[in-house]
Amino acid sequence: MWRYFAPAVAFLVLGALFAFTLLRIGEGKLDVHEIQSPLIGKAAPAFALPSVADPAQLVDSHALAGKMYVLNVWGTWCGGCREEHPALLEIARSGGVPLIGIDWKDERDVAVQYLAELGNPYQQVASDADGRVAIDWGVYGAPETFLISDTGTVLVKHIGPITAAAWQEKFVPHLKAGGGR
Amino acid sequence: MLVALALVNAGALAIDTEAAFPDPALQARYEHMIRELRCVQCQNQSIADSPVGLAADLRRQVREMIAAGKTDADIKRYMTDRYGDFVLYDPPLRARTYVLWAAPVLLMLITLGVAARVILRRSKAPIGPDPEEPA
Repeated sequence: MWRYFAPAVAFLVLGALFAFTLLRIGEGKLDVHEIQSPLIGKAAPAFALPSVADPAQLVDSHALAGKMYVLNVWGTWCGGCREEHPALLEIARSGGVPLIGIDWKDERDVAVQYLAELGNPYQQVASDADGRVAIDWGVYGAPETFLISDTGTVLVKHIGPITAAAWQEKFVPHLKAGGGR
Repeated sequence: MLVALALVNAGALAIDTEAAFPDPALQARYEHMIRELRCVQCQNQSIADSPVGLAADLRRQVREMIAAGKTDADIKRYMTDRYGDFVLYDPPLRARTYVLWAAPVLLMLITLGVAARVILRRSKAPIGPDPEEPA
């Protein structure tokens, strides 16, 4: 008898699996395009790039070592960055942890104007005009936001516009755990 | 003049603005390598096919690493260290991908097993209508 039911059972199991996965995508709990970063738990890539505010100055990752910081990769050409900008301003206002910006494949004067217009949440902004540092960080689409520990380890990577909810869920537990004061 | 330019550029890829490697063997390696790497931004194109800015940056990286004498394995490791295995079209064999690589063989074995059972049973059955089929 089982041989008549087996195909139906197999069909139902497969159907339930598809429905479960599609529902999770629908609720935004699963992003099929998100790529797990191999950097998590590893040493943050070093960089030294000209500052957007003053190109004669360098933003150097070695100078950032010793305390927790947030690295946000953005660009004036990036729609999602404009979308997340209020959330970044709020994070900067709440204190806690310094925000370092990497202005990715962008023009300096446009970036300066963008920050003057929308407000500047960053303690420092580095200009990665040719995109080499972004490759080192495995960046594949702005905005991307990283949390780097006081010992220079990558703790979190958030892909896409950051929201208050995502900040609370992914970043805040690490800030409380130590390093971010 | 135009003919001369066309001759100089023969062998360069249409998507590249830079000239081809003077050594055809290096150019062949470059073209092979960029077809092995996925454009992580667009996700369903290789970096050889994608017009996106990041793909151009990654092609430049591959070009520079080949010019600097790096091996294909060096280049692949450089990419997977930053972007993970997803950047490779050909996933490497490791604990996480055993099921992926074993699946075709397993499916083949299951199919052969079922087919063998059915054929053996039918060959033993008396000739005539299948007794298990409803009349």
